[in-house]
Amino acid sequence: MSEKKPKRRDFLFTASYAVGAVGVGAVVWPLIDQMNPDASVKALASTEVDVSSVKPGNTITVLWRGKPVFIRRRTQDEISEARSVKMEDLIHPEKDEDRAKNPEWLVMLGVCTHLGCVPLNDKGDYDGWFCPCHGSHYDISGRIRKGPAPLNMEVPKYEFVNSNTIKIG
Amino acid sequence: MSDHNYTPSSKVGKWFNDRLPLLTLANHLTDYPTPKNLNYWWTFGGILTFCLITQIVTGLTLAMHYIAHADMAFESVEHIMRDVNYGWLIRYIHANGASMFFLAVYIHIFRSLFYGSYKSPREIIWIIGIIIYLLMMAAAFMGYVLPWGQMSFWGATVITNLFSAIPLVGEGIVTWLWGGYSVDNPTLTRFFTLHYLIPFLILGLVVLHIWALHVPGNNNPVGIDIKKPSKDTVPFHPYIVIKDGFALLMFMIVFAFFVFYSPNILGHADNYIEANPMVTPAHIVPEWYLLPFYAILRSVPDKLLGVVAMLSAILILAVLPWLDTSKIRSAVFRPLYKQFYWILVADVLILGYMGAMPAEGLYLLIARVATAYYFLHFLVVLPVLGFKEKTLPVPLSITEPILGGSPDLVIAKNDKRDAKLK
Amino acid sequence: MRNFSKIFSVLALIFILQINVNAGEKVEYLKTDWSFKGLFGKFDRGSLQRGYQVYTEVCASCHSMKYLSYRNLSEKGGPEFSVAEAKAIAASFEVTDGPNADGEMFQRPAKLSDKFVMPYENVKAAQAANGGAYPPDMSVLVKARGGGVDYIYSLLQGYEDAPVGVVLDEGVYYNKYMYGNKIKMSAPLSDGIVEYGDGTIASVDQMSKDVTTFLMWAAEPHLETRHKMGFKAIVYLIILTVLVYFSMKKIWSRVESEV
Repeated sequence: MSEKKPKRRDFLFTASYAVGAVGVGAVVWPLIDQMNPDASVKALASTEVDVSSVKPGNTITVLWRGKPVFIRRRTQDEISEARSVKMEDLIHPEKDEDRAKNPEWLVMLGVCTHLGCVPLNDKGDYDGWFCPCHGSHYDISGRIRKGPAPLNMEVPKYEFVNSNTIKIG
Repeated sequence: MSDHNYTPSSKVGKWFNDRLPLLTLANHLTDYPTPKNLNYWWTFGGILTFCLITQIVTGLTLAMHYIAHADMAFESVEHIMRDVNYGWLIRYIHANGASMFFLAVYIHIFRSLFYGSYKSPREIIWIIGIIIYLLMMAAAFMGYVLPWGQMSFWGATVITNLFSAIPLVGEGIVTWLWGGYSVDNPTLTRFFTLHYLIPFLILGLVVLHIWALHVPGNNNPVGIDIKKPSKDTVPFHPYIVIKDGFALLMFMIVFAFFVFYSPNILGHADNYIEANPMVTPAHIVPEWYLLPFYAILRSVPDKLLGVVAMLSAILILAVLPWLDTSKIRSAVFRPLYKQFYWILVADVLILGYMGAMPAEGLYLLIARVATAYYFLHFLVVLPVLGFKEKTLPVPLSITEPILGGSPDLVIAKNDKRDAKLK
Repeated sequence: MRNFSKIFSVLALIFILQINVNAGEKVEYLKTDWSFKGLFGKFDRGSLQRGYQVYTEVCASCHSMKYLSYRNLSEKGGPEFSVAEAKAIAASFEVTDGPNADGEMFQRPAKLSDKFVMPYENVKAAQAANGGAYPPDMSVLVKARGGGVDYIYSLLQGYEDAPVGVVLDEGVYYNKYMYGNKIKMSAPLSDGIVEYGDGTIASVDQMSKDVTTFLMWAAEPHLETRHKMGFKAIVYLIILTVLVYFSMKKIWSRVESEV
């Protein structure tokens, strides 16, 4: 056998392996991607809620993308309480003004940022929410104050379509 | 076998292998001595393994989106086709994959028939193969029911009604199969369960099939016993692996044409109409791979006997090793058998064609003749042929018919090869 | 390689046989050139948009398309209306939603995520309104008919006066492409029944072609992706096959045997 032949063989084998590997990758991707949210799930982006019947000091819970969303109509006392908290007292500093553009309405995902349970209304040491799973306390702005949760409850994208209707998503 | 005394080179490997001899198994599989004269008809074993794995993987992913409920099955299939990421691709691979699987299995079976691979000492391999084939038909049939289209529904009705041909208990069995008084939701959910189970049974049987194969080793086109390992064999890896791989790629090109350019050509339009228990489609036909047996069923004018004939047509294959009385395996050296073999191939193709045609007039007549001939082939032709046929002289070594020429040349070439292998 | 020619002739034979099986008892359908056929087949966007118009102005009063959503109208590979156009189309339909906080169902304009509004509540209602015949759902109609697009295209233009000797009941029409020639749908199209926005003349032939194209897309929304991906897959497979073939030749050159 001459010197050059093994080289060509090596090239052939390397090329075959490389091209084969690309193919395997191309086949694996659809099998992984099929588990991602499908087109119909992605399309269910927004939901509209009529909040005209919510009284001050009450919270309603609506479902959005399979998760509960808390919509609380806050009283003046609650608003001033939420806005008077000092930033240095917070685990995850966020201004109430940023969380509730319209101070009367607090809209947030009712999902504890620890491990995903739904916190209880009007419970806990900070007059807000309390998660029964592992004892996280949230204040009236939905901010984490005590317990294992690392972050404040998330505020989704929402807007007021009119004074009575909130569109979430 | 040569690999019983295999010892891994690394210390960890040895430690592991002493406790679970997986490395010995891997070594056995790579070194497995394979006759070097295997032709491309032998590549379908590997192709079938590919088909099985493809069906299992695509099936698992489809099962993540499919809903086995009479009210939702059809819709969930449409959901897969429209919304699920790559859902249409996975479903078309799965649906056409069934056809490709049967195409490959028929070639595999007819290869065995031609080269006498079912004969001693390979009867068990053959019988396991027949069981796999039966399970494949069951899986394919139940899979076809799942989209809950018109063909699904009426196919399920017709096939389950076959059991009603059994005297006395038939009706009871059919009701039991249905879980009701007609094919309905309970039928669908149990079919889905079984459709999910059967591929894993097949997988287990495939392991046994290969195990049983590795005891005597492969048959070969010459059909003679060969010493293993010897100059007549090559190690499975890389020789057979690359050859199987090449054939598999050719097969995949055909497969891809179906999936991407005519994904519905092997299916039936009526299955895109949602199941309706009040209306039977004008023309009920099973999938193409079941047509020959369907033709046999219809060609017998009696209900019970029709079912018996259809089942016998498959089960007769299980006793084939004892029906064929010839000691010569390969049809290459059996001039008469070779002709009858091709007649059988034609007969089965004709049966398949008749299965797709309406059972009336000339079609029915041809189907009946073909059915009769099918059984004649196995029950009369094969046993008699073994005694009557004048066979050609069988070579002593597989290298002889391949290389021809002088024996010296053969030896010289083999020496050269051995030198290279070292 | 000799063996491969054998294998392929067998494959070809089976394939031809299969096509013959499917081709049995077929009538000659009207032919037209479909842009979506062939290796690189694509939909004609204009035709799809016009086809949607025909569907919605003519067919939709009886035929549902329950597996399609308004969002599909703006998706790639389809009619490709702009998102704003698709939203406007959706908003022109009323859907029932609810229950609201009072437990009552209410009407609202449709959104992109909504399914096409159905003309009838259920099959029974559809039958009652159509002399007992259910106008089939059109989502996968093209795939549910043996002749596919050619059949639908022909059927729409196949209305004729019944030949002598054929008796038609009240509400039954003669169509030379219909199975059994009797159809409960009166000729749905007539010249100018819709007015195309793009200036195309709405002849029966043109509308049949447009609406059939639209139905083909509805039944096979990923057809364009499929064709594109298929071409890539097959080119890829051929390249790999060639590489593996030469690798195989190399490996087998170590033993004197035919591959």
